[in-house]
Amino acid sequence: MDTHDPANSGAGMNRRQALRCLAAWTGTAVVWTVAGGVPRTLAATGGRTTIAAPDDALTFVQISDTHIGFNKGANPDVVGSLRHAIAEVNAMNPAPAFIVHTGDVSHLSKPAEFGTASELLQEFRVARVHTVPGEHDTIDNGTTGYLRHFDHDGSGRAWYSFEQGGVHFVGLNNVETFKQSTLASLGPEQLAWLKSDLAGVRSSTPVIVLAHIPLWTVWEPWGWGTADSSEALALLRPFGSVTVLNGHIHQVLQKVEGNIALYTARSLAYPLPAPGQEGVGEPGPVTVPAGELGKRLGTRTLSVVRGQRELALTDTPLDG
Amino acid sequence: MKGESFRIGRPWSRTLALLSLVVCAALAVPAPRVAAALPAIVELDIAKFAYTPKEITVAPGTKVVWTNRDESPHTVTSSDKKFASTGLDTGDSFEHTFSTEGDFGYLCTVHPYMTGVVHVHKK
Repeated sequence: MDTHDPANSGAGMNRRQALRCLAAWTGTAVVWTVAGGVPRTLAATGGRTTIAAPDDALTFVQISDTHIGFNKGANPDVVGSLRHAIAEVNAMNPAPAFIVHTGDVSHLSKPAEFGTASELLQEFRVARVHTVPGEHDTIDNGTTGYLRHFDHDGSGRAWYSFEQGGVHFVGLNNVETFKQSTLASLGPEQLAWLKSDLAGVRSSTPVIVLAHIPLWTVWEPWGWGTADSSEALALLRPFGSVTVLNGHIHQVLQKVEGNIALYTARSLAYPLPAPGQEGVGEPGPVTVPAGELGKRLGTRTLSVVRGQRELALTDTPLDG
Repeated sequence: MKGESFRIGRPWSRTLALLSLVVCAALAVPAPRVAAALPAIVELDIAKFAYTPKEITVAPGTKVVWTNRDESPHTVTSSDKKFASTGLDTGDSFEHTFSTEGDFGYLCTVHPYMTGVVHVHKK
């Protein structure tokens, strides 16, 4: 909608032009809207405060892949990187309503890592941090250790939903169910739960889904996809505005499928290679030259305008 | 009968003498003598998100040791839950002794597309 389109730069754009424009901005800060699932670029920005969202907009921040416990060359100070992000988010005016963390809170699922992460996340001056587990959070005993600190609703499950600002939020666990040599999946129990959960939501309600691994196949040889994502997307397709927020691949990518827009986010720990990057055989941490790391890590700010089925996103590097 | 027991006794006392020699030798130069008494060991690397080598064949009683050389954590988890490491950080090792014959497939629970197999067969 044009009410918070300060540059009006998206007017008259068709979908192909918009996507080309989006592709050009990938990896930098970009503000844009989604109307009916088709994104339009608004303006580039170096900071979050340039989003001109109405007062009644729901604004929240996505962080991802903090990997608390990682201490190798690619980032010897992941705690420092998270604190950097916390300071920037705490300086936002107006403050975001809450934070979402799309998984890999810890690096090795160790109790001390979950404890440290839990304490650090409390430094965000927001009402709540909503998390979903990553595969690094379920290494030794499934979600047991993760849920000691991050059980959203006390149900003992790592999936949940909640309503806020007229938006239906769903948190999913797509890291724990897998067979040998296949992509991880949501699994039939969770898909059945998702179906019943969405049955009570009106199709005009914007839906935002949180899951660690992308809900589309980005690069199968590296496990960058979800085996049964098409079943989840089929359940989401009747809704007019669906936004899927993922982590896992430590870089900004996006895909639009009809009314469903899917985005991966930067990490706050270390960069990973581009999908199937030439000369790189595996998705291991990438060590970049000194001074470059902060440009490869970052956060995302999102605004949902009540009643307008619109979403504005800004991806901001830690050092931009 | 006495003769028989005498004949039995002599090799036994020789064994005892030999054993004490081995013990003395082991005390004097422990490493090589003790190593000879342990089961065979096969060492594997986990590097670049792969078990290297991916497939091995060993005799029953062989101890297999996996060491993670990556900056990412991996596990060594048997497909039928017969053995399972915890999350292995860089430089961490996991060992398992294969006492029975069979084909033992395993995977990394963090990256399930990483697989390997240990074939255990008498030579």
